[in-house]
Amino acid sequence: MQFISDNSDLLWSAFLTTLSLAVLSGLVALVLGTVLAAMRVSPVLPLRGLATFFVETFRNTPLTVVFFFLVFGIVQLDLQFPSRFTAAVAALGLYTAAFVCEAVRSGINAVPPGQAEAARALGLGFGQTLTTVVLPQAFRTVVPPLGNVWIALAKNTSIAAGFATTELTAALQRLTNSNGNQILLVFAVIVLAYLVITLPSAWAIRVIERKVAIIR
Amino acid sequence: MTSAAAGEPLVRLAGVNKWYGDLHVLQDIDLTIDRGEVVVVIGPSGSGKSTLCRTINRLESIEQGEITIDGTPLPAEGKALAALRSDVGMVFQSFNLFAHKTILENVMLGPVKVRGKSKADAEKRARELLDRVGVGHQADKVPAQLSGGQQQRVAIARALAMDPKVMLFDEPTSALDPEMINEVLDVMTSLAREGMTMVVVTHEMGFARRAANRVVFMDGGRIVESSDPETFFTAPSSDRAKDFLSKILNH
Repeated sequence: MQFISDNSDLLWSAFLTTLSLAVLSGLVALVLGTVLAAMRVSPVLPLRGLATFFVETFRNTPLTVVFFFLVFGIVQLDLQFPSRFTAAVAALGLYTAAFVCEAVRSGINAVPPGQAEAARALGLGFGQTLTTVVLPQAFRTVVPPLGNVWIALAKNTSIAAGFATTELTAALQRLTNSNGNQILLVFAVIVLAYLVITLPSAWAIRVIERKVAIIR
Repeated sequence: MTSAAAGEPLVRLAGVNKWYGDLHVLQDIDLTIDRGEVVVVIGPSGSGKSTLCRTINRLESIEQGEITIDGTPLPAEGKALAALRSDVGMVFQSFNLFAHKTILENVMLGPVKVRGKSKADAEKRARELLDRVGVGHQADKVPAQLSGGQQQRVAIARALAMDPKVMLFDEPTSALDPEMINEVLDVMTSLAREGMTMVVVTHEMGFARRAANRVVFMDGGRIVESSDPETFFTAPSSDRAKDFLSKILNH
Protein backbone atom coordinates (compact mmCIF):
# COMPACT_ATOMS: atom_id res chain seq x y z
CA MET A 1 0.00 0.00 0.00
CA GLN A 2 3.07 2.15 0.29
CA PHE A 3 2.78 3.38 -3.28
CA ILE A 4 -0.69 4.84 -2.71
CA SER A 5 0.52 7.31 -0.12
CA ASP A 6 3.66 7.92 -2.20
CA ASN A 7 1.50 8.83 -5.20
CA SER A 8 -1.53 10.31 -3.49
CA ASP A 9 -1.03 13.70 -5.14
CA LEU A 10 -0.96 12.18 -8.62
CA LEU A 11 -3.93 9.93 -7.91
CA TRP A 12 -6.01 12.71 -6.45
CA SER A 13 -5.31 15.18 -9.24
CA ALA A 14 -5.90 12.45 -11.84
CA PHE A 15 -9.23 11.65 -10.21
CA LEU A 16 -10.23 15.32 -10.20
CA THR A 17 -9.18 15.66 -13.84
CA THR A 18 -11.30 12.68 -14.86
CA LEU A 19 -14.24 13.98 -12.85
CA SER A 20 -14.02 17.51 -14.24
CA LEU A 21 -13.55 16.22 -17.79
CA ALA A 22 -16.71 14.16 -17.40
CA VAL A 23 -18.78 16.89 -15.72
CA LEU A 24 -17.74 19.73 -18.05
CA SER A 25 -18.08 17.76 -21.27
CA GLY A 26 -21.31 16.28 -19.89
CA LEU A 27 -22.74 19.79 -19.52
CA VAL A 28 -21.58 20.74 -23.01
CA ALA A 29 -23.14 17.55 -24.38
CA LEU A 30 -26.42 18.03 -22.51
CA VAL A 31 -26.94 21.60 -23.71
CA LEU A 32 -25.70 21.03 -27.25
CA GLY A 33 -27.48 17.68 -27.55
CA THR A 34 -30.79 19.25 -26.49
CA VAL A 35 -30.40 22.09 -28.97
CA LEU A 36 -29.58 19.55 -31.70
CA ALA A 37 -32.65 17.49 -30.80
CA ALA A 38 -34.81 20.63 -31.00
CA MET A 39 -33.27 21.36 -34.41
CA ARG A 40 -33.95 17.81 -35.59
CA VAL A 41 -37.67 18.10 -34.83
CA SER A 42 -38.04 21.71 -36.01
CA PRO A 43 -40.07 22.52 -39.12
CA VAL A 44 -37.07 24.36 -40.63
CA LEU A 45 -35.39 22.09 -43.16
CA PRO A 46 -31.87 23.64 -43.05
CA LEU A 47 -31.81 23.29 -39.24
CA ARG A 48 -32.88 19.67 -39.47
CA GLY A 49 -30.23 18.99 -42.10
CA LEU A 50 -27.47 20.68 -40.12
CA ALA A 51 -28.31 18.79 -36.92
CA THR A 52 -28.55 15.47 -38.75
CA PHE A 53 -25.17 16.11 -40.39
CA PHE A 54 -23.61 16.89 -37.00
CA VAL A 55 -25.08 13.84 -35.32
CA GLU A 56 -24.10 11.42 -38.06
CA THR A 57 -20.60 12.88 -38.24
CA PHE A 58 -19.80 12.59 -34.55
CA ARG A 59 -21.77 9.45 -33.81
CA ASN A 60 -20.05 7.52 -36.56
CA THR A 61 -16.49 8.71 -35.99
CA PRO A 62 -14.28 6.97 -33.42
CA LEU A 63 -13.73 9.18 -30.40
CA THR A 64 -9.97 8.86 -30.79
CA VAL A 65 -10.24 10.31 -34.28
CA VAL A 66 -12.27 13.24 -32.93
CA PHE A 67 -9.51 13.85 -30.38
CA PHE A 68 -6.85 13.67 -33.10
CA PHE A 69 -8.70 16.18 -35.18
CA LEU A 70 -9.31 18.67 -32.37
CA VAL A 71 -5.77 18.40 -31.00
CA PHE A 72 -3.72 18.14 -34.22
CA GLY A 73 -6.05 18.49 -37.20
CA ILE A 74 -7.29 21.99 -36.55
CA VAL A 75 -3.74 23.31 -36.30
CA GLN A 76 -3.72 23.23 -40.11
CA LEU A 77 -6.68 25.59 -40.01
CA ASP A 78 -4.64 27.90 -37.77
CA LEU A 79 -6.84 27.01 -34.84
CA GLN A 80 -5.88 25.66 -31.48
CA PHE A 81 -7.50 25.08 -28.14
CA PRO A 82 -5.95 26.99 -25.22
CA SER A 83 -5.05 23.73 -23.49
CA ARG A 84 -5.13 20.00 -24.01
CA PHE A 85 -7.74 19.85 -21.28
CA THR A 86 -10.12 22.16 -23.16
CA ALA A 87 -9.50 20.23 -26.34
CA ALA A 88 -10.46 17.06 -24.45
CA VAL A 89 -13.62 18.70 -23.10
CA ALA A 90 -14.53 19.81 -26.62
CA ALA A 91 -13.89 16.37 -28.14
CA LEU A 92 -15.85 14.56 -25.44
CA GLY A 93 -18.61 17.18 -25.45
CA LEU A 94 -19.14 17.21 -29.23
CA TYR A 95 -18.96 13.42 -29.51
CA THR A 96 -21.36 12.83 -26.61
CA ALA A 97 -23.77 15.56 -27.79
CA ALA A 98 -24.61 13.35 -30.77
CA PHE A 99 -25.73 10.58 -28.43
CA VAL A 100 -27.57 12.98 -26.10
CA CYS A 101 -29.39 14.36 -29.15
CA GLU A 102 -30.62 10.95 -30.19
CA ALA A 103 -31.69 10.03 -26.65
CA VAL A 104 -33.59 13.30 -26.24
CA ARG A 105 -35.11 12.92 -29.69
CA SER A 106 -36.40 9.47 -28.80
CA GLY A 107 -37.95 11.08 -25.72
CA ILE A 108 -39.56 13.78 -27.84
CA ASN A 109 -41.00 11.12 -30.12
CA ALA A 110 -42.38 9.29 -27.09
CA VAL A 111 -44.46 12.31 -26.03
CA PRO A 112 -47.98 11.74 -27.40
CA PRO A 113 -48.57 14.11 -30.37
CA GLY A 114 -51.75 15.36 -28.70
CA GLN A 115 -49.65 17.13 -26.08
CA ALA A 116 -47.99 19.37 -28.66
CA GLU A 117 -51.28 19.81 -30.51
CA ALA A 118 -52.97 21.02 -27.35
CA ALA A 119 -50.13 23.48 -26.76
CA ARG A 120 -50.31 24.79 -30.33
CA ALA A 121 -54.09 25.05 -30.10
CA LEU A 122 -53.65 27.34 -27.08
CA GLY A 123 -51.50 29.64 -29.22
CA LEU A 124 -48.03 28.60 -28.06
CA GLY A 125 -45.36 28.91 -30.75
CA PHE A 126 -42.96 26.14 -31.74
CA GLY A 127 -40.30 27.16 -29.20
CA GLN A 128 -42.78 27.60 -26.35
CA THR A 129 -44.44 24.28 -27.14
CA LEU A 130 -41.06 22.58 -27.09
CA THR A 131 -39.74 24.17 -23.90
CA THR A 132 -42.89 24.17 -21.77
CA VAL A 133 -44.69 21.03 -22.87
CA VAL A 134 -42.64 18.62 -24.97
CA LEU A 135 -39.08 18.74 -23.57
CA PRO A 136 -40.09 18.56 -19.88
CA GLN A 137 -41.97 15.37 -20.66
CA ALA A 138 -39.29 14.05 -23.03
CA PHE A 139 -36.52 14.42 -20.43
CA ARG A 140 -38.49 12.42 -17.92
CA THR A 141 -38.67 9.45 -20.23
CA VAL A 142 -35.02 9.58 -21.26
CA VAL A 143 -33.42 9.57 -17.82
CA PRO A 144 -32.30 5.91 -18.18
CA PRO A 145 -30.74 6.29 -21.65
CA LEU A 146 -29.14 9.61 -20.63
CA GLY A 147 -27.73 7.75 -17.63
CA ASN A 148 -26.12 5.29 -20.04
CA VAL A 149 -24.68 8.15 -22.05
CA TRP A 150 -23.28 9.74 -18.90
CA ILE A 151 -21.60 6.54 -17.72
CA ALA A 152 -20.17 5.92 -21.18
CA LEU A 153 -18.86 9.49 -21.15
CA ALA A 154 -17.23 9.05 -17.73
CA LYS A 155 -15.31 6.07 -19.12
CA ASN A 156 -14.59 7.71 -22.49
CA THR A 157 -12.59 10.37 -20.66
CA SER A 158 -9.80 7.76 -20.63
CA ILE A 159 -9.09 8.58 -24.31
CA ALA A 160 -7.71 11.90 -23.08
CA ALA A 161 -4.81 9.91 -21.61
CA GLY A 162 -3.43 9.56 -25.12
CA PHE A 163 -3.54 13.33 -25.62
CA ALA A 164 -1.40 14.63 -22.78
CA THR A 165 -4.12 14.98 -20.17
CA THR A 166 -3.15 13.33 -16.91
CA GLU A 167 -6.38 11.73 -15.86
CA LEU A 168 -6.90 8.34 -14.25
CA THR A 169 -5.88 6.18 -17.18
CA ALA A 170 -2.74 8.26 -17.73
CA ALA A 171 -2.00 7.81 -14.03
CA LEU A 172 -2.54 4.08 -14.48
CA GLN A 173 0.08 3.96 -17.25
CA ARG A 174 2.52 5.97 -15.25
CA LEU A 175 2.10 3.98 -12.04
CA THR A 176 2.30 0.58 -13.72
CA ASN A 177 5.59 1.68 -15.26
CA SER A 178 7.03 2.80 -11.96
CA ASN A 179 5.49 0.03 -9.80
CA GLY A 180 5.86 -3.04 -12.01
CA ASN A 181 5.73 -5.35 -9.02
CA GLN A 182 2.34 -4.07 -7.87
CA ILE A 183 0.41 -3.96 -11.14
CA LEU A 184 -2.73 -5.62 -9.76
CA LEU A 185 -2.94 -3.18 -6.90
CA VAL A 186 -2.48 -0.23 -9.27
CA PHE A 187 -5.28 -1.56 -11.44
CA ALA A 188 -7.53 -2.03 -8.43
CA VAL A 189 -6.99 1.53 -7.25
CA ILE A 190 -7.68 3.05 -10.65
CA VAL A 191 -10.77 0.91 -11.27
CA LEU A 192 -12.03 1.86 -7.82
CA ALA A 193 -11.58 5.53 -8.69
CA TYR A 194 -13.72 5.10 -11.83
CA LEU A 195 -16.33 3.25 -9.81
CA VAL A 196 -16.45 6.12 -7.31
CA ILE A 197 -17.73 8.22 -10.24
CA THR A 198 -19.95 5.73 -12.06
CA LEU A 199 -21.63 3.73 -9.28
CA PRO A 200 -23.12 6.72 -7.43
CA SER A 201 -24.20 8.00 -10.85
CA ALA A 202 -26.12 4.81 -11.52
CA TRP A 203 -27.79 5.14 -8.14
CA ALA A 204 -28.56 8.85 -8.68
CA ILE A 205 -30.09 8.04 -12.06
CA ARG A 206 -32.48 5.57 -10.45
CA VAL A 207 -33.49 8.14 -7.85
CA ILE A 208 -34.05 10.85 -10.46
CA GLU A 209 -36.01 8.43 -12.61
CA ARG A 210 -38.40 7.65 -9.76
CA LYS A 211 -38.72 11.28 -8.77
CA VAL A 212 -39.64 12.71 -12.13
CA ALA A 213 -41.81 9.86 -13.41
CA ILE A 214 -45.09 11.09 -14.93
CA ILE A 215 -48.28 9.30 -14.16
CA ARG A 216 -50.10 8.75 -17.42
CA MET B 1 -59.29 45.47 -34.41
CA THR B 2 -60.76 43.69 -37.37
CA SER B 3 -63.12 45.29 -39.79
CA ALA B 4 -65.67 42.48 -39.58
CA ALA B 5 -69.05 43.94 -38.91
CA ALA B 6 -71.23 42.40 -36.25
CA GLY B 7 -73.38 40.78 -38.90
CA GLU B 8 -70.49 39.05 -40.63
CA PRO B 9 -69.86 35.36 -39.97
CA LEU B 10 -67.27 34.61 -37.31
CA VAL B 11 -65.87 31.61 -39.16
CA ARG B 12 -66.01 31.22 -42.90
CA LEU B 13 -64.74 28.31 -44.98
CA ALA B 14 -64.85 28.87 -48.72
CA GLY B 15 -63.97 26.26 -51.34
CA VAL B 16 -61.86 24.24 -48.92
CA ASN B 17 -60.19 21.14 -50.34
CA LYS B 18 -57.78 18.78 -48.67
CA TRP B 19 -56.09 15.57 -49.77
CA TYR B 20 -54.21 12.87 -47.88
CA GLY B 21 -52.19 11.59 -50.81
CA ASP B 22 -54.83 10.37 -53.24
CA LEU B 23 -57.61 10.52 -50.70
CA HIS B 24 -59.74 13.62 -51.15
CA VAL B 25 -60.79 14.09 -47.51
CA LEU B 26 -62.42 17.51 -47.80
CA GLN B 27 -64.23 18.38 -51.01
CA ASP B 28 -65.36 21.91 -51.82
CA ILE B 29 -66.39 22.75 -48.28
CA ASP B 30 -68.34 26.00 -47.90
CA LEU B 31 -69.45 26.75 -44.38
CA THR B 32 -70.15 29.89 -42.41
CA ILE B 33 -70.66 30.10 -38.69
CA ASP B 34 -72.24 33.16 -37.15
CA ARG B 35 -71.50 34.68 -33.78
CA GLY B 36 -73.21 32.73 -31.02
CA GLU B 37 -74.15 29.93 -33.35
CA VAL B 38 -73.78 26.30 -32.30
CA VAL B 39 -73.05 24.07 -35.28
CA VAL B 40 -73.02 20.33 -34.76
CA VAL B 41 -71.19 18.30 -37.38
CA ILE B 42 -72.23 14.69 -37.71
CA GLY B 43 -71.56 11.91 -40.14
CA PRO B 44 -70.13 8.41 -40.43
CA SER B 45 -66.52 7.79 -39.47
CA GLY B 46 -64.17 8.72 -42.27
CA SER B 47 -66.57 11.38 -43.53
CA GLY B 48 -64.02 14.14 -42.84
CA LYS B 49 -65.83 15.79 -39.95
CA SER B 50 -62.87 15.71 -37.53
CA THR B 51 -60.55 16.90 -40.27
CA LEU B 52 -62.92 19.77 -41.02
CA CYS B 53 -62.91 20.76 -37.35
CA ARG B 54 -59.12 20.64 -37.19
CA THR B 55 -58.67 22.82 -40.27
CA ILE B 56 -60.41 25.71 -38.50
CA ASN B 57 -57.35 26.31 -36.28
CA ARG B 58 -55.00 24.83 -38.85
CA LEU B 59 -53.99 21.75 -36.92
CA GLU B 60 -54.62 20.39 -40.41
CA SER B 61 -53.45 22.38 -43.39
CA ILE B 62 -55.59 22.73 -46.49
CA GLU B 63 -54.55 22.58 -50.12
CA GLN B 64 -57.23 24.82 -51.60
CA GLY B 65 -59.71 27.39 -50.43
CA GLU B 66 -59.77 29.98 -47.69
CA ILE B 67 -60.66 30.00 -44.03
CA THR B 68 -61.25 33.27 -42.22
CA ILE B 69 -61.89 33.83 -38.54
CA ASP B 70 -63.46 37.12 -37.52
CA GLY B 71 -62.56 38.52 -40.93
CA THR B 72 -58.90 37.50 -40.75
CA PRO B 73 -57.63 34.84 -43.17
CA LEU B 74 -55.96 31.97 -41.33
CA PRO B 75 -52.19 32.54 -41.53
CA ALA B 76 -50.08 29.63 -42.78
CA GLU B 77 -47.61 29.57 -39.90
CA GLY B 78 -45.58 31.53 -37.40
CA LYS B 79 -46.56 34.11 -34.81
CA ALA B 80 -49.69 35.24 -36.64
CA LEU B 81 -51.03 31.69 -36.69
CA ALA B 82 -50.24 31.23 -32.98
CA ALA B 83 -52.03 34.50 -32.20
CA LEU B 84 -55.08 33.43 -34.14
CA ARG B 85 -55.12 30.01 -32.50
CA SER B 86 -55.16 31.66 -29.09
CA ASP B 87 -58.63 32.99 -29.96
CA VAL B 88 -59.91 29.57 -31.00
CA GLY B 89 -60.53 27.12 -28.18
CA MET B 90 -60.08 23.45 -28.91
CA VAL B 91 -61.29 20.40 -27.01
CA PHE B 92 -59.91 17.05 -28.16
CA GLN B 93 -61.33 13.56 -28.12
CA SER B 94 -58.43 12.34 -25.96
CA PHE B 95 -58.41 15.42 -23.64
CA ASN B 96 -54.67 16.08 -24.17
CA LEU B 97 -54.18 17.67 -20.78
CA PHE B 98 -50.48 18.34 -20.14
CA ALA B 99 -49.44 15.19 -18.30
CA HIS B 100 -46.58 16.77 -16.32
CA LYS B 101 -48.62 19.66 -14.95
CA THR B 102 -51.34 19.89 -12.35
CA ILE B 103 -54.94 20.63 -13.26
CA LEU B 104 -54.51 24.22 -12.12
CA GLU B 105 -51.26 24.65 -14.09
CA ASN B 106 -52.96 23.21 -17.17
CA VAL B 107 -55.58 25.95 -17.07
CA MET B 108 -53.07 28.71 -16.23
CA LEU B 109 -50.51 27.85 -18.91
CA GLY B 110 -52.15 29.56 -21.89
CA PRO B 111 -53.06 32.84 -20.16
CA VAL B 112 -49.56 33.13 -18.63
CA LYS B 113 -47.45 32.03 -21.62
CA VAL B 114 -49.56 33.38 -24.47
CA ARG B 115 -51.56 36.27 -23.01
CA GLY B 116 -48.83 37.40 -20.64
CA LYS B 117 -51.19 37.47 -17.65
CA SER B 118 -49.72 37.55 -14.15
CA LYS B 119 -49.67 34.23 -12.32
CA ALA B 120 -52.00 35.60 -9.65
CA ASP B 121 -54.61 36.77 -12.18
CA ALA B 122 -54.34 33.57 -14.16
CA GLU B 123 -54.74 31.45 -11.04
CA LYS B 124 -57.80 33.37 -9.87
CA ARG B 125 -59.49 32.96 -13.23
CA ALA B 126 -58.39 29.31 -13.50
CA ARG B 127 -59.93 28.48 -10.12
CA GLU B 128 -63.20 30.19 -11.15
CA LEU B 129 -63.32 28.16 -14.33
CA LEU B 130 -62.46 24.90 -12.57
CA ASP B 131 -65.24 25.57 -10.06
CA ARG B 132 -67.56 26.30 -12.89
CA VAL B 133 -66.94 22.95 -14.57
CA GLY B 134 -67.11 21.22 -11.19
CA VAL B 135 -63.52 20.14 -10.64
CA GLY B 136 -62.28 23.00 -8.45
CA HIS B 137 -61.43 20.64 -5.60
CA GLN B 138 -59.11 18.63 -7.89
CA ALA B 139 -56.92 21.61 -8.83
CA ASP B 140 -53.71 20.23 -7.36
CA LYS B 141 -53.94 16.75 -8.85
CA VAL B 142 -52.31 15.67 -12.10
CA PRO B 143 -54.50 14.70 -15.08
CA ALA B 144 -54.02 10.93 -14.73
CA GLN B 145 -55.59 11.05 -11.26
CA LEU B 146 -58.90 12.27 -12.69
CA SER B 147 -61.63 10.37 -14.47
CA GLY B 148 -62.08 10.88 -18.19
CA GLY B 149 -65.14 13.05 -17.68
CA GLN B 150 -63.31 15.23 -15.19
CA GLN B 151 -60.31 15.52 -17.51
CA GLN B 152 -62.51 16.60 -20.37
CA ARG B 153 -64.17 19.25 -18.21
CA VAL B 154 -60.70 20.53 -17.27
CA ALA B 155 -59.87 20.63 -20.99
CA ILE B 156 -62.94 22.81 -21.54
CA ALA B 157 -61.84 25.09 -18.69
CA ARG B 158 -58.35 25.28 -20.19
CA ALA B 159 -59.81 26.41 -23.52
CA LEU B 160 -62.17 28.90 -21.85
CA ALA B 161 -59.28 30.46 -19.93
CA MET B 162 -58.14 32.04 -23.19
CA ASP B 163 -61.52 33.78 -23.65
CA PRO B 164 -61.86 32.29 -27.12
CA LYS B 165 -64.10 33.73 -29.81
CA VAL B 166 -65.09 30.26 -30.92
CA MET B 167 -64.75 26.79 -29.42
CA LEU B 168 -64.04 23.66 -31.45
CA PHE B 169 -65.03 20.30 -29.99
CA ASP B 170 -63.57 17.29 -31.78
CA GLU B 171 -65.63 14.30 -30.62
CA PRO B 172 -65.38 15.41 -26.98
CA THR B 173 -67.29 12.46 -25.55
CA SER B 174 -66.14 9.63 -27.81
CA ALA B 175 -63.40 8.46 -25.43
CA LEU B 176 -65.58 8.57 -22.34
CA ASP B 177 -67.33 5.87 -20.37
CA PRO B 178 -71.10 6.16 -20.90
CA GLU B 179 -71.82 7.41 -17.39
CA MET B 180 -69.40 10.32 -17.85
CA ILE B 181 -70.75 11.60 -21.14
CA ASN B 182 -73.53 13.66 -19.63
CA GLU B 183 -71.34 15.60 -17.20
CA VAL B 184 -69.37 16.86 -20.21
CA LEU B 185 -72.43 17.49 -22.38
CA ASP B 186 -74.01 19.47 -19.53
CA VAL B 187 -71.05 21.84 -19.45
CA MET B 188 -71.21 22.19 -23.24
CA THR B 189 -74.95 22.81 -23.18
CA SER B 190 -74.59 25.58 -20.63
CA LEU B 191 -71.83 27.15 -22.74
CA ALA B 192 -74.13 27.05 -25.74
CA ARG B 193 -76.92 28.71 -23.75
CA GLU B 194 -74.57 31.52 -22.76
CA GLY B 195 -73.98 32.33 -26.40
CA MET B 196 -70.57 30.77 -27.04
CA THR B 197 -69.92 30.16 -30.72
CA MET B 198 -69.29 26.44 -31.04
CA VAL B 199 -68.41 23.85 -33.67
CA VAL B 200 -69.07 20.40 -32.27
CA VAL B 201 -68.15 17.17 -33.99
CA THR B 202 -70.07 14.48 -32.17
CA HIS B 203 -72.15 11.34 -32.29
CA GLU B 204 -74.39 12.60 -29.49
CA MET B 205 -77.68 13.17 -31.28
CA GLY B 206 -79.38 14.20 -28.05
CA PHE B 207 -76.93 17.06 -27.68
CA ALA B 208 -77.43 18.04 -31.31
CA ARG B 209 -81.19 18.26 -30.80
CA ARG B 210 -80.92 20.08 -27.50
CA ALA B 211 -78.18 22.62 -28.16
CA ALA B 212 -77.52 23.01 -31.88
CA ASN B 213 -78.73 25.88 -34.00
CA ARG B 214 -77.69 23.95 -37.06
CA VAL B 215 -76.72 20.42 -37.95
CA VAL B 216 -74.19 19.80 -40.69
CA PHE B 217 -74.17 16.28 -42.09
CA MET B 218 -70.99 15.12 -43.81
CA ASP B 219 -70.26 12.07 -45.91
CA GLY B 220 -67.30 11.23 -48.12
CA GLY B 221 -65.57 14.54 -47.47
CA ARG B 222 -68.57 16.63 -48.50
CA ILE B 223 -71.20 18.57 -46.65
CA VAL B 224 -74.31 16.69 -47.73
CA GLU B 225 -76.87 18.54 -45.69
CA SER B 226 -77.06 21.60 -43.48
CA SER B 227 -80.25 22.45 -41.66
CA ASP B 228 -81.82 23.17 -38.29
CA PRO B 229 -81.86 20.13 -35.96
CA GLU B 230 -85.63 19.66 -36.03
CA THR B 231 -85.71 19.48 -39.81
CA PHE B 232 -82.63 17.31 -39.97
CA PHE B 233 -83.82 14.70 -37.51
CA THR B 234 -87.46 14.57 -38.61
CA ALA B 235 -87.25 15.24 -42.34
CA PRO B 236 -83.71 14.84 -43.72
CA SER B 237 -83.62 15.65 -47.40
CA SER B 238 -80.76 13.42 -48.59
CA ASP B 239 -80.92 9.65 -48.85
CA ARG B 240 -77.49 9.39 -47.27
CA ALA B 241 -78.65 11.25 -44.15
CA LYS B 242 -81.85 9.18 -43.99
CA ASP B 243 -79.79 6.00 -44.15
CA PHE B 244 -77.35 7.27 -41.49
CA LEU B 245 -80.13 8.33 -39.13
CA SER B 246 -82.01 5.07 -39.55
CA LYS B 247 -78.90 3.20 -38.46
CA ILE B 248 -78.17 5.25 -35.36
CA LEU B 249 -81.62 6.21 -34.15
CA ASN B 250 -83.35 2.85 -34.35
CA HIS B 251 -81.95 1.29 -31.23
